[in-house]
Amino acid sequence: MTRRGFTTLGFTFGAATVLGGCSGPQSVFDASGAEAQEIMPLFWTVTGIAVAVTVLVITVSAIAVFAPVHWRRHLTSEKFVVAFGIFLPVFVLSGLLTYGLLVMQAGSARSRSAEGPGVTIIGEQWWWRVIYDGPEGEEIVSANELRLPVGRPVAIRLQSDNVIHSFWAPQLGGKLDMIPGRTNTLTVEAIEPGISRAQCAEYCGGAHALMSMYVVAMEPDDYRQWLEAEVNPATKPADAVRREGQRLFIAHGCGGCHAVRGTPAAGTIGPDLTHVGSRHSLAAARLPNDPQSFRRWLTDNQHIKPDNFMPEYDVFSDSELDAIAAYLDGLE
Amino acid sequence: MTHTLANGRPPAEYDLPNPDPRSDGEVEELLSIWARPTGWRIITAVNNTVIGIFYIGTAFLFFLLAGLLALVMRTQLAVPENDLIGQDLYNQLFTVHGTTMMFLFAVPAVEALGVMLLPQMLAARDLPFPRLSAFAVWAYVAGGLVFFSTVFYDLAPKGGWFMYTPLTLKEFSPGDNADFWLLGIGFIEISAIAGAVEIVVGTLKTRPPGMSLAKMPIFAWAMLIFAAMIIFAFPAVILGTMLLEIERSFDWPFFSAERGGDPLLWQHLFWFFGHPEVYIIFLPAAGLVSMIVSTMARRPLVGHDLIVVALIGTGFFSFGLWVHHMFTTGIPSLSLAFFSAASMAVAVPSGIQVFSWIATIAASKERFRINTPSLFVLGFLFIFTVGGLTGIMVALVPVDFQVHDSYFVVAHFHYVLIGGMVFPLFATFYYWLPMASRNMLSERVGRWVFWLMFIGFNVTFFPMHITGLRGMPRRVWTYPGDVGWDALNMISTVGAYIFAAGIALFVVDLARRFRPVITGSGGLDNPWGASTLEWLPNDVYSTRSIPLVTSRDPLWDQPNLPEEVEKGHHFLPNAPTGGRETIVTSAIEGRPQYIIRMPGPGFAHVIAAIFTAAFFLLLTIKAVTVAAICGVVAIVAMLVWTWGLDQGPGAGEVDIGAGVKLPTYMSGPSSHAWWATVVLVLVAGSLYLAYVFSYLYLWVVSPEVWAPNGSPSLPGVVWPWTSAGLVLAGGVSLMIASSLLPAPGQRGVAAPLLFVFTTICLVAAVATNLWGHWQSGLRPTENAYGAMVYMAGVLDGQLAFALVMMLAVAAVRCLAGRLDRVRRVSYENAALLFGYALLQILFGLLLVHGFPRAMS
Repeated sequence: MTRRGFTTLGFTFGAATVLGGCSGPQSVFDASGAEAQEIMPLFWTVTGIAVAVTVLVITVSAIAVFAPVHWRRHLTSEKFVVAFGIFLPVFVLSGLLTYGLLVMQAGSARSRSAEGPGVTIIGEQWWWRVIYDGPEGEEIVSANELRLPVGRPVAIRLQSDNVIHSFWAPQLGGKLDMIPGRTNTLTVEAIEPGISRAQCAEYCGGAHALMSMYVVAMEPDDYRQWLEAEVNPATKPADAVRREGQRLFIAHGCGGCHAVRGTPAAGTIGPDLTHVGSRHSLAAARLPNDPQSFRRWLTDNQHIKPDNFMPEYDVFSDSELDAIAAYLDGLE
Repeated sequence: MTHTLANGRPPAEYDLPNPDPRSDGEVEELLSIWARPTGWRIITAVNNTVIGIFYIGTAFLFFLLAGLLALVMRTQLAVPENDLIGQDLYNQLFTVHGTTMMFLFAVPAVEALGVMLLPQMLAARDLPFPRLSAFAVWAYVAGGLVFFSTVFYDLAPKGGWFMYTPLTLKEFSPGDNADFWLLGIGFIEISAIAGAVEIVVGTLKTRPPGMSLAKMPIFAWAMLIFAAMIIFAFPAVILGTMLLEIERSFDWPFFSAERGGDPLLWQHLFWFFGHPEVYIIFLPAAGLVSMIVSTMARRPLVGHDLIVVALIGTGFFSFGLWVHHMFTTGIPSLSLAFFSAASMAVAVPSGIQVFSWIATIAASKERFRINTPSLFVLGFLFIFTVGGLTGIMVALVPVDFQVHDSYFVVAHFHYVLIGGMVFPLFATFYYWLPMASRNMLSERVGRWVFWLMFIGFNVTFFPMHITGLRGMPRRVWTYPGDVGWDALNMISTVGAYIFAAGIALFVVDLARRFRPVITGSGGLDNPWGASTLEWLPNDVYSTRSIPLVTSRDPLWDQPNLPEEVEKGHHFLPNAPTGGRETIVTSAIEGRPQYIIRMPGPGFAHVIAAIFTAAFFLLLTIKAVTVAAICGVVAIVAMLVWTWGLDQGPGAGEVDIGAGVKLPTYMSGPSSHAWWATVVLVLVAGSLYLAYVFSYLYLWVVSPEVWAPNGSPSLPGVVWPWTSAGLVLAGGVSLMIASSLLPAPGQRGVAAPLLFVFTTICLVAAVATNLWGHWQSGLRPTENAYGAMVYMAGVLDGQLAFALVMMLAVAAVRCLAGRLDRVRRVSYENAALLFGYALLQILFGLLLVHGFPRAMS
């Protein structure tokens, strides 16, 4: 095989491994939402054109530099410049622009059809406050995880009361900013059940890098059941250790910042913990959701997520930490 | 010369302006007049070839420093969950990296090339305002170094190079870090405006006789458009930084949503500047590429006129694109569609240039010469093409929804900026270095430098496209290991070290071979066989005589030119006024008009620059008293610097050759001072337009805080009428003063009295208006409406301050016999600016008092 052959093979193989298949929970290539899927053909079209134009420029440049005069002289007129520098781009770009606007139109149409209950997501430093429209129209406050029903366009109202954030769940679709003083509405429609990842895309200071969350797309029936459970107050501590955990939680004033519905804890500064044990992650996808992570977070959170607004608690004994972790982990 | 019959054209026929042999003493006289200060006094130098080297050297230093920050960041990102540098330092590093690269490297570097190359390219003896350039350079050196050093003591800004509000407001960014960013950009604002003045006046007024606009080198065209873009783009960010600093310091709520401001106002102002900024950086680089391509092909550019149109078109279109940085802010679909279309349209001028360069390469006589400069040009062509094409991808709104603020965009703009600016800059270093150095750089090492940089660049940045598509956002100091970004990041980090190795090799070669021409003749004579005037035999005085130009490629079409110029057979072969001087020609046709007399080395502008820098720095750390003292010193130094200017017509007329007698003094619309003031007026006007936009924008966003419903009712109409009457009275008085200026050489008292009266009227007009608002109960901290109303007063007050200084100087000069009916430039400058101030103040009264009334 020639060197060029190897190169081509290598490139194809590389491209296939790099782009194809499962490329990650936050990858636009693994589209699982309507918008993300509609964007991909446009993306591949413009990528194809970009590759073609690059090859064209390299080829004519190579001819211009290396070819004998009788080849080169075809490229030396202003007609050549006008044809390739004006007509070609105008023609190609007009087509692309039209295509792009059509894809945008499809997105707008989906927005208009999003009639069911929606979700409000408020960007915080550096986590997400997630508020579902409940079955009775009530607000169901949650945090750091977004659940969606499959097959229905859902309007997500994006807000912030601090700095600008941006909500981006690449598998579902594009991003939209959360801007103080405004409400931007992003309509997403999950096509298939599954778990993907969302991340803040607008630099929002300090721990911007650590502001993510999981997006869980569920079958409509599962979603309905989950939402009905989410309305409920927190489950009662099941055993003595957890009861002790709850006592410590309340006694040390955790409720000043965190709410656990059904208990005296009703703070709104930090994430709502009513059903924290049922989420797929802790601290905005910074840690896995297990008792060990709760312990680490309590004592070491300024290392895990520097500058976050929660103080580190070094007043607890080992057994007390275990108790609090068990209590929180049990809040399903 | 081998290029005599380039393009098949016969050499143009012309009579030598000074055919007779010259006397021997002239060269010595020129040498002593233009001598560069030696030793440490070199800092007082104003010769463009000296400060040009300081300027480029400093810009390149910032490139290296900001590049080192990038290496540290790439090392941090090499592996997931890395703890090498913490979050806070990383956030400072990427902010300082971006800010330094854009504001302390890219813009100053292209300006520096203008300072360094334009006078020689136009065969002028120096820039029209040598001390202004030197001032800008020293303010930039001092301010830039202090700004950069904040990264060493945890004081660096960490709001990102575009410093979005409200993250950068006091509430979310306490401490002085953000203020240092505002300071850093303050210096680039000063030096950019100074550069725009120099370049507009330099390209339009100091071309050699016979060089009409059509014969002007393409780089000069690019710089002229560059300067025009600065005039209209920079004021938006100047206003933005003023608003942000005022909100940070005095709590005027321009950007706070809860009091009627809007965080997006910052984004509009920033990107109205920020997008043209990209082309401000790229156009000069494209101009340099055009010149190098033509030389290496030994042919004039194919499609020269198309390229000029493309440059102008790019400049024009670039102002209609800013919203494409804001596609994901939730703006309406119609705007998205418009700005998407405009963003694509700007690809056409770039297409024209790319294919013109290829056509020129194809038209090469024999073959296109491959050497280090042309390798960098070809590398640029590839990288810039890829960056342009990914630019089209991000211009497609739905694609942008996905890739915006991801590593895809990081890849895209590094392809555009490193491809579009850094590669041409290295081509320029290799190509033009012989102008400033006795040695050329090593061709053998140059190949290594190029290939290391080219391969390193692509290995670093190409994978980032994919990293971004896999969901990695920008500006993250770490990332998890299980999302598919680790291998790609490691590749990018390896590439970054390869790229850095190339640059390190360049620095070593530069250290070994760069020998600046301090004394004696300027560098090598035309080693590349180029066609433009900077390759004429040179010395400290530039060329021995200023050539009569009959062609766009004078060194190819006028084969005897170097010899004729060197023997003094062309214009102004001597120094008839006994000082520094050059020929001023008409803007379009290049007809000689007068001799401009220029200042030489001095301390005043250096002191002014250092103390201007100190003023801003001390203000940043809130040392107000010391800052004020430094400000006063800076102003005094500026007064000393300008006192000796405007020397008057004492030197009479001089003969420059070909029977042309030129005056040595000029006032009015032909004079360079008049043009410079017009440039400043345009800057002030753009600043005010940005203000008017901001006022109306905030009204659209928050009409509920506007008078009369959301704020105290406007003061009665007697206030604006009084204010208008006062400023008009000042205008009339200044007009009368014109006819009361003393006879030439005399001192006068009447005109200075009128200047004082004008000053009083002006200050009273501004104060009356502000007092009217104050007594109506309106406060600037109350809401966005109040802040905007008082901001109009700040902008008027700023003009009034400048005019008070100028009129005071005019009054003193008149009393000292330095301002009269003929020698009147200091009066004219003040009058021109006053005329503008009058219009601005009247328009402002109409807006602030009329608009809310009309809307209610």
